[in-house]
Amino acid sequence: MNGLLEPTMEFESNSSDADALLQVEDVSVIFGKQEVLRDISVTIHRGQTIAIIGESGCGKTVFMKTLVGLIQPTRGHVRFDNHTLAETSTTELAKLRRRFGFVFQNAALFDSMTIFENVAFPIRQHEVASESDVNDRVMKRLSEVGLAKDVAKKYPAELSGGMRKRVGLARALILKPELVVYDEPTTGLDPIMSDVINELILDTRRRYPVTSVVVTHDMHTARKVADRVLMFYPRRRLNDGESQILFDGPPSDLEHAEDRRVRQFVRGEAGERLSEIAEDD
Amino acid sequence: MVQTSRTASRDGDSNVLTLWITSWGSAVVDGIMTVGDITLFAHRMFVWMFTRLPRRGTMMINFYQVGVLSLPVVALTGTFIGMVLAVQSYYQFHEIGLENRLGAVINMSLVRELGPVLAATMLAGRVGSAMAAVLGTMRVTEQIDALTTMGADPIHYLVVPRFLACILLIPALTIMADFMGIVGGYFYSVVILGIDHAPYLQNSQEFVSGFDLFTGIFKSIFFGGIIAIVSCYQGFHCEAGAEGVGKAATSAFVYSFVMILAIDLFLNITLDAIYYAFVPEGSSIL
Repeated sequence: MNGLLEPTMEFESNSSDADALLQVEDVSVIFGKQEVLRDISVTIHRGQTIAIIGESGCGKTVFMKTLVGLIQPTRGHVRFDNHTLAETSTTELAKLRRRFGFVFQNAALFDSMTIFENVAFPIRQHEVASESDVNDRVMKRLSEVGLAKDVAKKYPAELSGGMRKRVGLARALILKPELVVYDEPTTGLDPIMSDVINELILDTRRRYPVTSVVVTHDMHTARKVADRVLMFYPRRRLNDGESQILFDGPPSDLEHAEDRRVRQFVRGEAGERLSEIAEDD
Repeated sequence: MVQTSRTASRDGDSNVLTLWITSWGSAVVDGIMTVGDITLFAHRMFVWMFTRLPRRGTMMINFYQVGVLSLPVVALTGTFIGMVLAVQSYYQFHEIGLENRLGAVINMSLVRELGPVLAATMLAGRVGSAMAAVLGTMRVTEQIDALTTMGADPIHYLVVPRFLACILLIPALTIMADFMGIVGGYFYSVVILGIDHAPYLQNSQEFVSGFDLFTGIFKSIFFGGIIAIVSCYQGFHCEAGAEGVGKAATSAFVYSFVMILAIDLFLNITLDAIYYAFVPEGSSIL
């Protein structure tokens, strides 16, 4: 575990651009009149596990969706392994997405399909595989996330929240992607199930040479799974010259961050936000 | 003082006018953007439809839901509308001694107009709203995003099969509505009202041509297409929450129905112009 949590700055300085799997260059995202992200530049290297933290409405989910091309940036570029997503054709992008795994906040399993069909979906979408091969791979992934065989025949509505998240993880990992993106993986789960998911994220990293981006506001998850943390802050509450990323470093430095807003978030202190909310009312 | 109040009143009027123009301008811009969005949506669907068809399994589920499950309700409403036509027309035709022509009136109205419009309305209500609700739920629960992240195009996977099911099966539903309406109209006219069945059938055969039947079925294909496009579009652009899904389902039916009637008018004018160009004398029930 300790070996996995090497200081990020050191990791970054030792990494060259050739190691970069994702490059986000001056990305801004504007919805109507609302600027959600402004001039964000981040490089994510192969093998890193990055946690993106920040309060609700800070743009972390928009950033994550921009990373995988679900949202097109208004300005700037996202490069995945030197492919600029906005310039990639639909067919090429579909092929490229084979290399992504995406674990959604509420799992986003297809209601009309069984768990087996859900997990097998990416294989059937991208490969011509025999039924026995599909069966073996699906059952192996389900067992890796700790689900019994009989779950395969059930429908998503019959499973608990934690089980659905684990199915979502199995589906995201079925094609052994290079990049796995987790959207609030522990939100809405009890502390034990949250830790099970954290352990599965770590276990995934041990099994496969995977790069992970975890969007969360659960500090326990961020500290446990990440070797680099980015903290986003809502654009509307920043001054013009300020960067939207308030912190970029290893989780061990969070407590001693220079910026008071980072320390406040990490400790879960409302501080002046209480008076701001009262003023808004 | 009077001068000041006049100036203030003029300023107030100009503000109201500005607001009025702004709100109308904004509504027009929104309308144009929506039409553009739907056009692009339909364009993407047609490109996929002619590039690669979805898998057989995906198609069959939609064909079953659109076609097979809609048959009973279309048959039932078709029967009633045939009987209602007989009830409504009988007394007027009886007054002028033309009740024997009732078969022609009922059947002509059914095959040209009521059969296709009724089948389309039932399809919009039963299938269109359900499509918008299902796709809307998939949108708000991120299932559509999940499809994209797994390399499947949501329009290819979700919209093309629904569009094909609607345009290929609505003719069958129209024929069913026509048939059951004819049976219902015959039953009420001949069995209940006691009209002679021989002149009833003879008039029906004489005045209802193959072209009438064709126009009804031809129009229905456009109705099916617009139901699928409008309903899927509403589902794809659903707002968050249960209210958003409900709104998408309602809008799908309302906009589909308005579009069905608008397209019906346009196609009737066009098809009549074509018919009278080839058959200038036309045909008259009276």
